[in-house]
Amino acid sequence: MLRISGGKVYDPANSINGVVKDICIDNGKIVADVAGGRVLDAAGMIVFPGGVDIHTHVAGAALNFARALTPENQRAAAKFLHSEHTRAGIGGQTPTTFATGYLYAGMGYTTVVEAAVPILSAKHTHEELNDTPIIDKAACLLMANNEIVMDLLEAGDVERAKHVVAWLIWAAKVYGVKAVNPGGVTAWKWGKDAKQLHEPVYGYSKVTPAKIIAALAGMVDEFGLPHPLHLHCNNLGAPGNVATTLETMKVLEGNRAHMAHLQFHAYGGDDWHTMRSEATQIAEYFNRHKNLTCDAGAVLFGNAVTITADGPWQHLLYQLTGRKWGNLDVENETGCGIVPYTYKGSNLVNAVQWAVGLELLLLIDDPWRIFLTTDHPNGACFWRYPEIIHLLMHADVRKERVKKLPAKARARIFLADLNREYSLYEIAIITSAGPARALGMKQKGHLGVGADADVVIFNQNPDGEHMFRYPRYVIKAGEIVVEEGDIKNVRNGQAFVVKPAFDEKIEDFLKPVFQQQYTMSFENYPVERERVHGLQLCPTSQAGGSS
Amino acid sequence: MITLRLKKQPTVPLEAEALSPDRLAGQGNAAIRALPVFLGKRQCRLDEFFDVDGADSDQLEIHGDAARVKWIGREMSRGLIKIHGNAGMHLGAYMKGGAIEVAGNASDWVGAEMTGGRIRVAGNVGGQIGAAYRGSLAGMKGGTILIGGSAGLEVGMRMKRGIIAVAGPVRDFAGLQMKGGTIILGGGAEIRTGAWMFRGTIISLAPLQLLPTFAYASAYMPTFLRVYAKHLRTLGVSIPVDAAAGAYQRYTGDSAVPGKGEIFVWQPRSQS
Repeated sequence: MLRISGGKVYDPANSINGVVKDICIDNGKIVADVAGGRVLDAAGMIVFPGGVDIHTHVAGAALNFARALTPENQRAAAKFLHSEHTRAGIGGQTPTTFATGYLYAGMGYTTVVEAAVPILSAKHTHEELNDTPIIDKAACLLMANNEIVMDLLEAGDVERAKHVVAWLIWAAKVYGVKAVNPGGVTAWKWGKDAKQLHEPVYGYSKVTPAKIIAALAGMVDEFGLPHPLHLHCNNLGAPGNVATTLETMKVLEGNRAHMAHLQFHAYGGDDWHTMRSEATQIAEYFNRHKNLTCDAGAVLFGNAVTITADGPWQHLLYQLTGRKWGNLDVENETGCGIVPYTYKGSNLVNAVQWAVGLELLLLIDDPWRIFLTTDHPNGACFWRYPEIIHLLMHADVRKERVKKLPAKARARIFLADLNREYSLYEIAIITSAGPARALGMKQKGHLGVGADADVVIFNQNPDGEHMFRYPRYVIKAGEIVVEEGDIKNVRNGQAFVVKPAFDEKIEDFLKPVFQQQYTMSFENYPVERERVHGLQLCPTSQAGGSS
Repeated sequence: MITLRLKKQPTVPLEAEALSPDRLAGQGNAAIRALPVFLGKRQCRLDEFFDVDGADSDQLEIHGDAARVKWIGREMSRGLIKIHGNAGMHLGAYMKGGAIEVAGNASDWVGAEMTGGRIRVAGNVGGQIGAAYRGSLAGMKGGTILIGGSAGLEVGMRMKRGIIAVAGPVRDFAGLQMKGGTIILGGGAEIRTGAWMFRGTIISLAPLQLLPTFAYASAYMPTFLRVYAKHLRTLGVSIPVDAAAGAYQRYTGDSAVPGKGEIFVWQPRSQS
C-alpha cells in the first residue's frame, strides 16, 4: 500500500490538469483510497502517469546486428556496473537488454512497443524482451512484405490471407501489425524498391503497395486488434516523399492507422539539394482526418544507428554516407538494413529533418494523435527524449537553435515562426496518455482507479530537460523502482499479446507452403506460449471473440 | 621521478591503465602503491606486481620485462614514461600528449587512436600501431610514433593525421583505409600497402609490391618532402631528399575506393 501525497497531478485521460491530490496504490493498481501503508510526500512535485513509448527498437535480430556492427559506440557508451539491484550492461546508441530496462525506467517510461518483429526472429526478440527488466512490453509484427500473404492477395484470396495473418500474429505472440515500406522490401530482394503506391510490386502483377496497405489495415480493424495498423510508409527519407505520404493517408480513409515516425515522411523538394519541410501540408491533412494517429520520429543532432526493415533505403543511405552497412534477408518475410549515421546541424538535410520532427509536433493540433518518439535508435536514442520535451516547451530555445542552422536550411523550414509551447498537461498526453490510448491499453497512461500503478514523480524544474531526465521517483506496478536516479527494485514486466480468431485448418494450407519454402521446420516456427515471460493476453473487439 | 620495478610476472596480461602520469602526479607513494590494476577479472593493488619508489611526479620509469602489462600510458596528456624493458599491448592508446620511450619491444595497438604526444620504441612492435580500434572511423589523429625495429599488420589503419615512422620492415596492409597523415617505411612492407587508402602519404625507402589499383604518376623529388625531412631529422629519422642521389616514384590510389592517397617509393640513381 502506498499513498503519494500532495503532488500536483497531471492525468489527461481523466482531465486532471495540475490538481493537487493524493494517488493511492494497492496491489499494483491505482485505488480510490488506502488506509495505512507508506506515504510518499510529493508536496511541490509533479505526478505523471508512467511513460508509454509507442515506437522503438530495443530487441531482436536487427538490433543485435546493429550492436555487433558498432563496437565503437559501445566503447564510448555509459557503463552499467553490476550492483545489488542491477546487472552489468552498456547504454549508448543500442543499449544492451538489461540497460534498456534501466534507462527507460530511469526516465519514467514503463511501457514500450518494439515496433518491428519478423516472425522468424520472434523467438529471439522475446528472449531479449524477457531480459529487459522493469518495463512492460509489446511488439508489432512485420507483415507488409510477407510473400505468403502477398501471393494470396495476388490470387485474390483475401479470406485465406486473413486467416494466415491472424495465425502468424498468434504464432509470433505479438500485439499489433506493422507494415514497413509495403512491397518495397520484397522488391529489394530483386534489387528494386516500391516507390509508386499504385504500381504492381516487382514480381507481382496485381499486388500494389496501396493494396497491401488497404488489405492489412482492413484486416487489423476486422480482427478488432487494440492497436490499428502501424505503418512505415513507402519512400521513407526521400526528398519529395510528402506526395507518397498523403496518397497513403488517402488509401487509409475508412480504416484506423498509426503513421510511424511521420517526420521521415514529410519532405518536399526534388533532391538532396532542394529538400525542404512539408510539415504544414502533412499536418493540415492529418488534422482533418481523425482515423489517424502518428508518432514524431524526431531527429536530434549527434550519433545514431539507423536500423529498419526498409532494405532499399538503407542501401541508399550507405551509398550516401560511405560508412558501414549491414543487410539481412529474412526469408519470405522481410529484410533489414543497418547503417550508423551522424546527424549534423551543419548539414542541410539533417537540419531540415531536425526541424520537421518538431514542426509536426507543434502543427498537429491534437496532442492525442501525435506522440513523442525518435524511432529509437534511428533519429536519436530514446534516452534523449527530455531534450525534445524541453524544445517543445520553450519557443525561445527553439528559435535560438534555429539561428545556428545554415542560412540555406533556415529557408527550407518554418520552425522559427511557430510560437506554440507545450504545457505539462500536453507533455503528459504525448508521452503517456495519448500513446496508451492509441495502443488500446486501457490500464496504461492514466491514474484513474483501476489503472496499473505506473507513476512518475518529478521535482518541478523550469529546465524541462533536467526535470524529465531525472525523475524523483518512478513507480512500476505499485513498487518504487527508481529513486533519485538509482534503480532500487527490479522486477520483470508483462508482455502484451493478442490472439485474433482464425480457422485452425489454415495450418493445412500453411504447412506444405512452409515446408517447401522455409529453412526451418513448421513445428519450430511458432513461439511457444511459455517462452514469453509475463504474457498477458489482451482482448480483441472482434465480433466472434478470440478462439 | 617514480620508479616501478616488476617483481612478479603476471600469469595473464595485467591491465594497468593507472600507469599514466595524469594518474600518478600529485599522488603520494602509498596512494600509488594502492592504485588498481586488473589481473583477469580480479582487481589487485599495483604493489602486488611492482616495487614502487618515489611519489608525486609526472615522470615514470619502469624496469623489468613488462611485455604482459597492458595499457601503459593510456590517455596520458603530459609527462614522460621510460620503459627499460618491453611493454605490453595498447601502449599509449588514446594518448593526448607527453612522451613514451621503450628500450625493448612493444606489442600490438601502440598509440591506437592517439591524438598527440610521442611514442618511441627502440625494438620491434606488433600490429595495428596508430590504428583505429575495431569499428571506429578514425585511427590516430595526431602525434608521432617512431619504431626502431619492425612492425606487424595494419600499421596506421584508418589514421587521420600524425606521423608513423618504422625503420625496419612491416607486414601486410600498411596504411589500410588511411584517411590522412604520413607513414614512413624505412624497410619496406609486405603486400597490399595502402589498400582502400582514401588520402594520406606513405613513403617507402625500399621497393614495394603495389596493388594494381595504384596508378604510377611520375618519378621526381617532391618539394614538400624537404620540409618533412627537416622535421623528421629533429626526431632522429632521416629520409633521402638529395635529387642527385635518386628520385621518388609517385603512385596514387587506391582507385578501388576511390581514393586520393599517394605512395612514394624511393629509387636511388643507378650507379651506371
